[in-house]
Amino acid sequence: MHYYKPQSFDEAVQIAASASGVTRFLAGGTDVLVQLRAGTVTPDHLIDLKLIPGVHDIARTEDGGWKIGIAVSGIDLGRHAELVAEWPGVVEGMSLVGSTQVQGRATLTGNLCNGSPAADSVPGLVTARATVTVVGPNGSREVAVEDIPAGPGRNVLQQGEIISAITLPPRGKNSGDAYLRFIPRTEMDIAVVGVAVSVTLDGDKIIAARVALGAVAPKVLVAADAAAALIGSTLDDAAIAALQAAVTAAAVPITDRRGTVEFRKDVVAVLAARAARIAYDRAKGAV
Amino acid sequence: MPKDELKSEYRLIGTRPDRPDGLDKVTGRARYGADMSLPGMLHAAVVRSPHAHAKILKIDASAALALDGVKAVITRADFPTGLTGEDWNLQENSMAGEVALYDGHAVAAVAATSRLLAEDAAKLIKVEYEVLPHVIDVDDALRMDAPVIRAGVGDHTVPEGSPPNVSKKIEFGHGDLEAGFAAADLIREQTYKTEATHQGYIEPHACVAQLGSDGKGEMWVCTQGQWYIRRMCSAVLGLEASQLRVTPSEIGGGFGGKTIIFMEALPLALSRKAGGKPVKLVMSRSDVLRATGPTASASMDVKLGMTKDGKITAAHVNFRMQGGAFVGASPVGEALSCALACYDIPAVMHEGVEVLANRPKAAAYRAPGSPMAAFAVESLVDEMCHELGLDPLDVRLKNAVHEGVKASYGPTYARIGLVEVLEATKKHPNLLAPLGPNQGRGIASGFWFNHGGETSVSLAIGEDGTVTVSIGTPDIGGSRASMSLMVAETLGIAYEAVRVNIVETGALGVNEPSHGSRATFASGKAAVEAARSAIREMCRRAAKEWGIEEEAVEWKDGAAMPAGPNAGKFPPMTIAEIGAKMGGTGGPISGHHETNADGVGASFGTHVVDVEVDPETGRTTILRYLVVQDAGTAIHPAYVEGQYQGGAVQGIGWALNEEYVYGANGRLQNAVFLDYRIPVASDLPMIDTVIVEVPNPGHPYGVRGVGETGITPPLPAIANAVAMATGARLRSLPLSPPKVLAAIKAKKG
Amino acid sequence: MSKVHVSAVVNGDNVDFLADPRESLLDCLRDQLGLTGSKEGCGTGDCGACSVTVDGVLVCSCLMLGVEAEGKTIGTVEGLADVGTLHPLQRKFIEHAALQCGFCTPGILVASKALLDHNPDPTETEVRYWLAGNLCRCTGYDKIVRAVMDAAAELREAV
Repeated sequence: MHYYKPQSFDEAVQIAASASGVTRFLAGGTDVLVQLRAGTVTPDHLIDLKLIPGVHDIARTEDGGWKIGIAVSGIDLGRHAELVAEWPGVVEGMSLVGSTQVQGRATLTGNLCNGSPAADSVPGLVTARATVTVVGPNGSREVAVEDIPAGPGRNVLQQGEIISAITLPPRGKNSGDAYLRFIPRTEMDIAVVGVAVSVTLDGDKIIAARVALGAVAPKVLVAADAAAALIGSTLDDAAIAALQAAVTAAAVPITDRRGTVEFRKDVVAVLAARAARIAYDRAKGAV
Repeated sequence: MPKDELKSEYRLIGTRPDRPDGLDKVTGRARYGADMSLPGMLHAAVVRSPHAHAKILKIDASAALALDGVKAVITRADFPTGLTGEDWNLQENSMAGEVALYDGHAVAAVAATSRLLAEDAAKLIKVEYEVLPHVIDVDDALRMDAPVIRAGVGDHTVPEGSPPNVSKKIEFGHGDLEAGFAAADLIREQTYKTEATHQGYIEPHACVAQLGSDGKGEMWVCTQGQWYIRRMCSAVLGLEASQLRVTPSEIGGGFGGKTIIFMEALPLALSRKAGGKPVKLVMSRSDVLRATGPTASASMDVKLGMTKDGKITAAHVNFRMQGGAFVGASPVGEALSCALACYDIPAVMHEGVEVLANRPKAAAYRAPGSPMAAFAVESLVDEMCHELGLDPLDVRLKNAVHEGVKASYGPTYARIGLVEVLEATKKHPNLLAPLGPNQGRGIASGFWFNHGGETSVSLAIGEDGTVTVSIGTPDIGGSRASMSLMVAETLGIAYEAVRVNIVETGALGVNEPSHGSRATFASGKAAVEAARSAIREMCRRAAKEWGIEEEAVEWKDGAAMPAGPNAGKFPPMTIAEIGAKMGGTGGPISGHHETNADGVGASFGTHVVDVEVDPETGRTTILRYLVVQDAGTAIHPAYVEGQYQGGAVQGIGWALNEEYVYGANGRLQNAVFLDYRIPVASDLPMIDTVIVEVPNPGHPYGVRGVGETGITPPLPAIANAVAMATGARLRSLPLSPPKVLAAIKAKKG
Repeated sequence: MSKVHVSAVVNGDNVDFLADPRESLLDCLRDQLGLTGSKEGCGTGDCGACSVTVDGVLVCSCLMLGVEAEGKTIGTVEGLADVGTLHPLQRKFIEHAALQCGFCTPGILVASKALLDHNPDPTETEVRYWLAGNLCRCTGYDKIVRAVMDAAAELREAV
């Protein structure tokens, strides 16, 4: 295994594009090292992106959004007060990934690129309409977060392509988001179900909404019908019921060691209602 | 050092001094299994079967052996043949012969100059398999048409015409069962199931071994019992036991799982083949979960008869257990014996079978068999109490066993403390805590025999009067402290003046492992006897010095002194003075004691748990937890509490989330701590404890043994609490959220 | 698979070692530097027995490569005590009998110190969640949580 420490994304792209065999990138490394130890993936080339200038930064964009470097850890994210105030759902998704120790290393980008349908940080990014900058041999492009996963353990990035930053749009007024997941213990588990909800209000009325579901499909699921059930409502009981029916209908889970189809379809509805209430209260400034 | 409030006539026993090995263990200095390295050491890796059941057609190691730095490859062909019984089981489990019997079964091993190289080499060893049909579930394994794991496994106890995987059948009981049930006002019969769980010690098995062509070898190994390792490795490899010297490392948890060998013979065999170079083998966590010894899984029928005022009139239990693909590995006998041990019942009948399945060879896990049995019996007792409108604690008191009662498993109880435990439980404030919506309280009792066993201890007086004690039972949870307390108490010296060493196999006679809650009982008893024999010698030395009869000298407060005014007037001769001049008074002074420790006293416990269940997700939260248990005498109360708390939390894990999950292909699906879900700190409240002390007359200081009982009550106590919180009774563990939610939904209709 | 030269500061000392790029920081600490206080319980970041600090951040050393340690400042259990003087956490763990087998203890001490460094007055719940990634199978955590809370109180008084 060859280990590289490029000093720029151009250099990283060059190494990756010309490498043969299995290539992996280190942002936080918490997935790559597990695979290495288990012998499931032994890369021929390991490209450590953490030494590229700027990858540890969280910066305000010109339009009032945020640019988050690819090596920003969960702890760095959680300690950024402004970001937490604007996007609590995004941050709480990331903060649920692994233990305190894992939080010291794990990153949004790594969680996304690992391709797990249960990745805790991804639904929140999706409801936030976050995008990623993909750099590669043919230049750079912006891609919506929900378009990066390609199925369990896979992503759409081609050889030589690397994510260089995550961008969150401006939050806007009267908006709130939330992410909830179900796990059997209180910590340390992979989500059995995850739900993110983001809403924008006009007075008491929801005028915009996004709902994203984790661990109930081969990749993160944007539940458009569920969002539609919320828009125009004041999050009354009927809207909650419609939301619940929509997420249950949208979910196409499997039975595995972590949960059953029936359980996941039940719990996705429970969490959707709970997350919607939190997001709504946050949008009202109540929390 | 404040003395506990426990009433005690002792100077040191019952106090809470710092453990002697504390400093080593908080500074990272303590050396565990994987912390040893030797000059010229090789590293080993193991090739394991990915199939639950497969014929091994061919093993080709040529590519591995061609790598620079690869020094040896072994397969079953490198082991002696002709073994029988448990020796054959151990050998077959160490390395598969013709057939791989479970996912993770070792089929080859390699030694190389680095761990990475050994792992690379292991990947190059090509094994051709013919996959055979497999069976995992205990009830499936009992079918007449189940895949046959090994023909003709049934011993003489198995009736003809039994299913082919049945290896053992047990039946015992007493009293008139028919009359007992006829006297009952309520008879209920239910079936219960528990899945296999793992001890989950945090330290993976690790070993450094060296074996020369002269048959002489040495091992550094994390184990609960160095003599068991010696005997088992010798048997499996055809060595003479005394030629193998086994040193136990510090041990990072065992709970019964480190009492037998799994991979320990492999580095020895590799070392022999690699010209006697030392070889280190450390298991990965997934190796530990796949290929060491989890518990049995169980399927259990219980039938109880009860009068309307709560007297149990008859009990019939019928248990089925699989302990993997090896005869005798399940604790079905212990489970049956423990099942009804808390109750004084006029008529009892126990039946059980062991059945083989394509799973790893089960090992002991804290009160082996008792937790499953308690889950079944204590759940049904609870159901019947509620049906009859009776208080579950009162019913347990009404039927509680006590001194002189014939135990369900045969013998007559000596002095035991179940009644005292139940009475202490009744008085505890946790029983008065108000319960809110979706909350429930569960109560259950549990039992473990405790154990004596082969024990050998020696003790030497130093030149300055301090004392060294050689103990053969590894210190898993603070037993050096309890040994030091008992020896210092006996000798009348300071706790700090005693050093307890856990020694290698060459230093003492044979010792059984630290298992069965025996260390403080049996090694403690032998250490006290060894101290007493040193006292006798020291009194002799003083008598000689003073020129009086031995019988005229007594030992008090760490010194020899004349026994009364008629013996003469001499100032006390302290242990330090005796030690200082022992060279001139007859030479070294030591004491030793060898015994098959008898006088074992059983320990009973009762737990009370409050839970809250989320009615929408089925998730259970532990709100409050109380352990009340009879310790006999608590030598070091802090470590007694620690045993109670640790046992309870292992039981909580077993009850709620821990289980072996197999795929349709017979492979273990959750061989990592991420998915084998042991309780984490945030899952739990503080664990309240009450130490009841009904001294065991069979031990000089009244010790019973406290390690095992605590894991037994949590399984039924939590099931009972969840039943109260939800109205839904679950009879299958674990009470994982999907199961609980399904039960809640079924109840709602 | 040539080895990479790594320079780092471990427990205040400058160290150099050669790491195979596949070796974790934990492997390097234990096998190259002889610092066997950090333990491997899982190798997958699920048990916390290998907890160390890297530039002051608590991490699992099994989830970091040895080669990534270049230029970093690393703290392990071996660096907790000043010469001859235990850290209050170490003392309280002994006093409270907060260890049984002791295998998880180094990781829990390192993790607890990282907690108290940034939150000197944690609630019981905060201690429990901070330590959720440190598995202990012996104690049921009760005495561990008490020891951490007690050490925190003592450290607050000392300020």
